Formats: sequence, C-alpha cells, structure tokens
Amino acid sequence: MPKDHGIGASSKRREDVRFLTGKGRYTDDINIRGQAYVHFLRSDVAHGKINGLDTSAAESAPGVLRVFTGADFEGVGGLPCGWQVTDREGNPMQEPAHPVLAQGKVRHVGDPIAAVVAETYEQARDAAEQITVDIEELPAVMDMKAALKPDAPKVHEDLTSNLCYDWGFVEENREATNAAFEKAHHVTTLELVNQRLVANPMEPRVAIGDYAAHSDESTLYTTSQNPHVIRLLMGAFVLGIPEHKLRVVAPDVGGGFGSKIFHYAEEAFCTFAAKALKRPVKWVSSRSEAFLSDAQGRDHVTRIELALDAEGHFQALRTETYANMGAYLSTFSTSVPTWLHGTLMAGNYRTPLIYVNVKAVFTNTVPVDAYRGAGRPEATFQLERVIDKAAREMGIDPVELRRRNFVTEFPYATPVAVEYDTGDYNATLDRALEMADWDGFEARAAESAKKGLWRGRGINSYIEACGIAPSQLVGQLGARAGLYESATVRVNATGGLVVMTGSHSHGQGHETAFPQVIADMIGIDESQVEIVHGDTANTPMGMGTYGSRSIAVGGSAMVRAAEKVIAKAKKIAAHLMEAAPEDVELKDGQFSVAGTDKSIAWGDVTLAAYVPHNYPLDEIEPGLEETAFYDPSNFTYPAGAYVCEVEVDPETGKVRVDRFAAADDFGNVVNPMIVEGQVHGGLAQGIGQALLEGCTYDETGQLLSASYMDYAMPRADDLPSFQVDHSCQTPCTHNPLGVKGCGEAGAIGSPPALVNAVVDALQRGGKDVTHIDMPLSPARVWAAMQ
Amino acid sequence: MYDFELVKPKSVDEAVSALAAEDAQPLGGGQTLIPTMKQRLAAPAVLVSTHDIDGMKGVSTDGGVMTVGGATTHGTVAKEAASAFPGLAGLAAKIGDPAVRNRGTIGGSLANNDPAACYPAALLAAGGTVVTNAREIAADDFFEGMFTTALEEGELITVVKFNIPEKSNYQKFEQPASRFPLVGVFVAKHSDEVRVGVTGASEDGVFRWTEAEQALSSNFSAEAISGLTVSADGMIGDLHGTPDYRAHLVKVMTGRAVSAAE
Repeated sequence: MPKDHGIGASSKRREDVRFLTGKGRYTDDINIRGQAYVHFLRSDVAHGKINGLDTSAAESAPGVLRVFTGADFEGVGGLPCGWQVTDREGNPMQEPAHPVLAQGKVRHVGDPIAAVVAETYEQARDAAEQITVDIEELPAVMDMKAALKPDAPKVHEDLTSNLCYDWGFVEENREATNAAFEKAHHVTTLELVNQRLVANPMEPRVAIGDYAAHSDESTLYTTSQNPHVIRLLMGAFVLGIPEHKLRVVAPDVGGGFGSKIFHYAEEAFCTFAAKALKRPVKWVSSRSEAFLSDAQGRDHVTRIELALDAEGHFQALRTETYANMGAYLSTFSTSVPTWLHGTLMAGNYRTPLIYVNVKAVFTNTVPVDAYRGAGRPEATFQLERVIDKAAREMGIDPVELRRRNFVTEFPYATPVAVEYDTGDYNATLDRALEMADWDGFEARAAESAKKGLWRGRGINSYIEACGIAPSQLVGQLGARAGLYESATVRVNATGGLVVMTGSHSHGQGHETAFPQVIADMIGIDESQVEIVHGDTANTPMGMGTYGSRSIAVGGSAMVRAAEKVIAKAKKIAAHLMEAAPEDVELKDGQFSVAGTDKSIAWGDVTLAAYVPHNYPLDEIEPGLEETAFYDPSNFTYPAGAYVCEVEVDPETGKVRVDRFAAADDFGNVVNPMIVEGQVHGGLAQGIGQALLEGCTYDETGQLLSASYMDYAMPRADDLPSFQVDHSCQTPCTHNPLGVKGCGEAGAIGSPPALVNAVVDALQRGGKDVTHIDMPLSPARVWAAMQ
Repeated sequence: MYDFELVKPKSVDEAVSALAAEDAQPLGGGQTLIPTMKQRLAAPAVLVSTHDIDGMKGVSTDGGVMTVGGATTHGTVAKEAASAFPGLAGLAAKIGDPAVRNRGTIGGSLANNDPAACYPAALLAAGGTVVTNAREIAADDFFEGMFTTALEEGELITVVKFNIPEKSNYQKFEQPASRFPLVGVFVAKHSDEVRVGVTGASEDGVFRWTEAEQALSSNFSAEAISGLTVSADGMIGDLHGTPDYRAHLVKVMTGRAVSAAE
C-alpha cells in the first residue's frame, strides 16, 4: 500500500499550482520602480583585437543613460574560477583573466564588448547599433588538438599556450597501468566525441541590479541555482562588496541543468551599473543571446582503451581526453573533466588499474562548464561504449561481460580515489532487463524486419557520484569552496514550521519533498511546513543545488536542524509534563512520557516556547529555531541499468526509440512521483544528446547551431513511453535519510544505452559499424552505413 | 524589431495601393517575416497585412482545378482540400505546428520561396497558376531559385490554382531541429503525365525531377525509379545532411510518395 503522506508518499507538487497557472514569480516578473535596461553589444567575431571603440553616438542617442566598456571595469576584478586543478607536474593550471566586459580582445562570438543602459530596452538596443568597433580579426582557435601545436595562435597572449592543464589521475598508477596493457590478452580501443551541448533551460537568464543609497546595500536578482555562491564570488572577487552589503535573490527559476550555477558577467555588470547610475538595471537574455553566452556542456574528445584477460575480466583502463574549456574558465569548468570525470572511470566494475589523462584546452568558443551530470556522463559514455565494443570483439554477451566484472562487495574502494558505500548492480540490471522484456527481443526484431526496419538493443550500467561533497576532500582536490549545506528550522508559536534551506529549487520540487521529511519526523501534516529558499537575506549560507545534492546534503542539513528542534522541544515537553527529557517521545505530533499516560500536543509545546510562562528559563532559552550545517562524509553513489531498443530505417538512417527501461537505485526515496519525473526529464535530455542535440561551430568560430532552427531539442514525439523503476534500494550508509539523489541519472545513463542499441541494429543489419559519434542524426547513421 | 507601420486593407485594391509606399512589404501569416524582423534582419517601413482581405481566403474546386485564396491559412487548406485533393491537404496538415498552421498562408509561403518550404513542391508537381493582382504566372515560371520568384515589387499573390491530379502524395523527411523538410517530394499523377516536385534539397530551390517523371509516366510504381540516381551536384550541404545524403533522400522519398499516392 503506497503511503499517502510523509517519506515515501507521492505527494503532489505544491509548487506546480503556481507554475502551471502562470502565478510563478520569476526574475523577469520583478520590476523595480525606476529601472533602466541594459543591452550588451557582443562580438560577432570569434577572435580579434579591439583597436578602437567609439561610443559617442550611442551616448547621445535617445534615452541612453550611459555606455560602459571594458575601461570602466579596469579597477574591478574578473570573473573567478572556483576550482584549481594541479597538473601532472604538480603545477597549478593556467588561469586567464576573465573581464566583465572585453578588454583589448574578444575571444568568442558573443563576448560582451560594451553595455548600453537606457530608459527602455529598445532604446538600449538601438543605441548599441551606433557603437563603432574596430576589430582586427585574428585566426580562430577551434580544434583542440591543433590548439596545442607550438605555432597555434593563442587565445590568451599572457599564457604560455592554449593548454589549461595536463592532468593525470592516478599519476602513480600510470606505469602499472601501461604494464598491464603490455600483458593483456585483449585490448579494445575506441575513439569518440562527447559533443558540445547547449543547456537550454526554458527560462533564459535574467539579472537585475539594485542599489540602496541610504544603506549602501546592493541587491542582485538573478536566475541562479545557488544565490549564496554568487554573492560570495561576485562580492569578494569581482566587485569588492562585503557580504553584509550584498543580497542575492534567486526567486522562481525555470530550469538550470547546471547552466545557472555559474557567476556570469551580466550579473556583475547589473550590480555594478546600478550603483554607478543609482538606478536599478535589468537585463533579460534573448534566446539568441543564451546560445552565445550561457556556459555550454560536455565537448570531450576521448581515446579509451580497455585491457581484458581471456575470460573478459577487466585488467586495466587507460584514457586520454581533450576537454574544451572555451575562451575563459567558467566557475566550475576545470573540475568537470577532472574530479567529476576521472573519479567515475571505474564505473560499476572491478578494474584494478585505471589511468586517466585529461588535457584542458582554451578555444575561441563559449565557455564550457557543468551540464546535467557534469563529467559523469562523459565517463559513463566512454566506459559503456568500450565495454560493448569489447564484448563484440571477444564474442561475449554484453550483459554477461558486465556481470562478470561488477563490483559485488561493499564498501568498495576504487583505484580512482572514491569508495562506494552500497549498491547492487545485478539487481538493477535484472530489473531493467525484465522491464524491457529482453528475452522477447527476437520476436520484436522479426516484426520490425517485416516493416523493413532493423531493430537493435543496448544496455548500460552506470554509477555516479552525487551529493557533492565532503568539503575537506574537495579542498584537497582544489575546490575553492566548501560543499556543505545548511538549513534553519523555525517553529512558529502555533506549531507550523518554516525551513530555510541553502538548497535552491529550480524545478526539482523541494517545496513538496522537504516538508514530507519534516512531517514524518514530527508527525504533523505536510501542509504545516513551508520551505523558503533562494534569498541570501533570509536563508543561512548555502552552497545551492547541483550534482543531485539537494536531498542528500540539503535534506540532511534540514534533518540535523529538525533533530535539534525536536531535542529542545522534548526538554520543554518534559518540563510541562514534569518528566525527564530522556523519557519523552514524539510521535504523531504528540509528546508522551514512556510508561505513563501523560501526553501533550506538539502545538502546546511550541506555544510554550514562545509564551514561556511555565518554562525552564534557567535551563533553556525561549523560542524554537535551530540551524544546522551538514558536511557529508562521502559522496553518494546512485547506480542503475538502462535498456534501450531502437528501430533503424536502413533507407534513411532514421532512428526511432521504441522502448526504454530505466532501473535506478537511488537509495531511499522521499517522493516517488518526483523521482520518476526527474528520471523522465533526465532520459529526455540524455536521449536528446544521443539522438538530436549538437552545438556546432564553423572553422571561423561562428556558431552554426545558434537557434532552434538548427539546434535540435528533443520533443515528446521523439521519445517512447518510459519504463521507470526505483524499487532496488540500497540506502546510503552515511547520510541520515539514506538517500542518494536522482537528478542527473537519466542524462548519464541513457546516451550509451541508445548508441549501443543503434550499433547493435546496424550490426544485425549486416553493417560493420562499431561506433557513431553523437548525435545519431539520420544523416550520420546513413553515412555510417555507406 | 524596428518600428514599422501596419496597414490592414480590406480589399486587394487597397492592399496594392498600400504596397506602393516606400519599403512596404506584404504580410501574410508572418511566420517567417516576423521572426526575421525581431532579429532585426529585415526592416520594412510598412507592412500590408492580407489578413482582413476576405476575397483572398478560402478553397474551392471547379472541374479539375482547385482554387486557394492567397491569404488562406495552412489549417484551412488542410481541412477544406481534404476530399478533393488529399495530397495537398496532407502537406498542409504537416506544416509546422497548429499555431503556424493557423497563421501561415499559402501566398506567404509561395512568395517567400524558402528552399525548404513545402508548398512550392506541391505547386510544381500539381502544375497550375499563381494569380496576382497584375497577371497570371504558370507554376513552371514562378520559382526562380532560393527565396526568388517571378513576383515584381509590390505584386501580391491573390489566388493559387492547382491542377488536381488523379493521385498524389507528399513525403517530407524532416530536418531534426526545425522540422522543415530536409527533403520533401510531392508526386502528382495526372491523366497525361506524372510530375515530381522536390523541395529542401537543392541550392537552386524547388525543382522538378524530370527523369523520375518520365519513368513514372510509363510505370507509376516505386520500382520504376529504382534504377535512377540523383546527382549530388548542387544539392544543399549543411549541419543536417550532406549533398550525397539529400540526393539519396530524394529518391527514397519519391518512391515512398509514389507508393502512398491516393
């Protein structure tokens, strides 16, 4: 019998009422009296030297308040990078300056050169057309391997080359790994591209800067996944505003998928300009601007080699990856191809030796940073593709080859620095195969053949590291931030609660799921709990939402704060019932004394906390409000198995996904319906990457896929009806809820399953195709068949 | 978008005189023009909307000819042409999405002559006439290459006449992002000939595949074209398909249209 409330119940998402009826309050819904509008003049060339910039005509255009250029920001800091990676020699990465507005050079199409602030948006845009920019175009640095040649033009003149870092992991394992390859019975090699993607959240970015002269306080309203992080980065590193004079508000946010983690130039600009002009300054990204200014995702070129013994046991794994950073280092860009990627190369398997080499490269493209999964999809894709190829080469069933190498005993310390606490990879694989009717494939293939179509099937078994992260560990690895989470639980006099969380909901459903936890702990109705997030003025310092961390880290902080509240409430209840606090129990909203019939309601105790007439004031303070900071002791390790079945039209190369089964182990699940929705969304994005999406530049650095006319987003009719299951649950052992996180799984696990299925279909159709790079567009699949 | 003046005439005559203004341009459903203006890539001073000209709307059939008003929306064609000319109705029913079909017009589509528009393939294959305020232009003389037609400045498509084929079908292979045709083929079997209109494929815009027409005129079956090849010369190559791929799809889609023709 499914639960109807509390943990485990599919409570309906309370936030959806306002989202679906147009009553959400997004950043663009905020308009401040007297606000002005900014339009950014962006570079239309990928690489060039700014020899001259004439803004005089724009400055006298109607409605213009001021035109800003890079010169206005010379005394201001640049956009910082939040993670320092150390290279194979022990040296820090090369870290170029990232000015708010271009200074002397432009480095990608879309790089902001000037900003026009005017009374209306149209006036700002009109005036921007009157700015004359004299740009001496330089050769664009586009191909990563060419960028590393000694004579390549440099994206940043003050760096020694276009190489950000050359990272080896685990460097001490390199020789042993190479030696294992020398002895291997079989080596499978695969070269592949994990293509660049554009995040495309439904809501484009928006920023509004506001300055209160009477208090010298700045406020930034912004579309962010982590307002406190923006406050810290922008205040401390860019504008020099102390945190007590800076408030960052991220109200309803319409999706992020990683692209709204980072601190962007437009945020700093609006905050800076508002103070300079003593006027609120608003920027709303157009969809076209989003393609040129939102950090993009993935863009890895990889060679992976897997060494096996005669029975197919994995002996060693070796990879070399070129990771595109784009023109500047976005906030967490450097961590994605390294610590969020190399640490996952063990997958679900007992591979004793692993060596990962990553070369991060600057190019004249939009900066690249975390996108749903961030490093883990790249790891999973190459690993699950090379395993499938190895299975074919060795004549071992791909399911069997995986099972033969699964980690089955926990905890398991991988050779890539992480320790899996729990898991049951056979269980999720069994469940996925069962849901997909794996054994009924041949009959379906025969039906497809009657229609002239080739049917294929593919599997994938993935793991991810979520709930990031232990602060001390990531600090050792180069993170310039802690990765704890915080919560304040405020109980009101009449018993209702407000939870102020440092997590941020931009579609995930915190406002519904978090109260389910509190409701269970106290035994009250979920409706008595309200979640407040997204405003640095009324939530404790938090690190925000990404890496499937909200329930695992933010939820744990909330549990810790609620435990403190309950402990204090028990003391109050004990006083009121004249009992010892250790004898007091809380259940179903009632405090009782063990072994007696004494009881008192939750609401009576909370009232006593704020009306302390009969209260142990000599022992405890009035009030009932507690804050906790939770720093996890390990990552969480969601894992699962996905099965994809496709039909390929051999005449056109068109791929249709016929069925997709996803069996995930997320540990304990707070709200199954929300989890299912998260998996559906992740699958749609992963299938989008595998089948449709691709961000493409030409050799001069112009973005060819710069609108939805050419950038193919997945639509409902591109997707089958998903079969989703999360009944295999091995709870996390180190957080209080036993949860692992579910936000990214679908996007991580689906691309390799789909590509494996298409390769299988082509092989069954008699084509000797071992790999096709994503997206598997009809044209690419057809070309592979020729 | 820059400022512009919007004129909403009630008759063709009023529209034609409004179009005499400097930098005036007709506005059909605006499904191409409005996004282009929003991107500031077009800046007409005056837009002359055909939306309120009742005389330019509707579908009628007389003998073997279907007459469609230039301001008729795709949605209307999809409904009203269904019984007399199912090939055309089927084409119209799959242009864009419902919002596009409820605004976009046949006159706007033909006048714009986007190399990946659907209607030009139907007009070439059906054969027929584009009627303007000034003259009649035979279908074979109307299209002059990508985004180029025989229309003069200020000339307005008032009516489009199609010769209704005995059998016809349109097969669209969609470009994955825009879902415009990567290749679209309209096959029309007339009593005396077969005509094949191909859109989406060529750098010269819509064209007739005459070799297939000849083969199909003597044997209207997919097998009749199995021995033909389409040259990749002059085919469009872009993110979504090479010239070779487009040339290949022309043949595949033609065969499918022949098989599906009704």
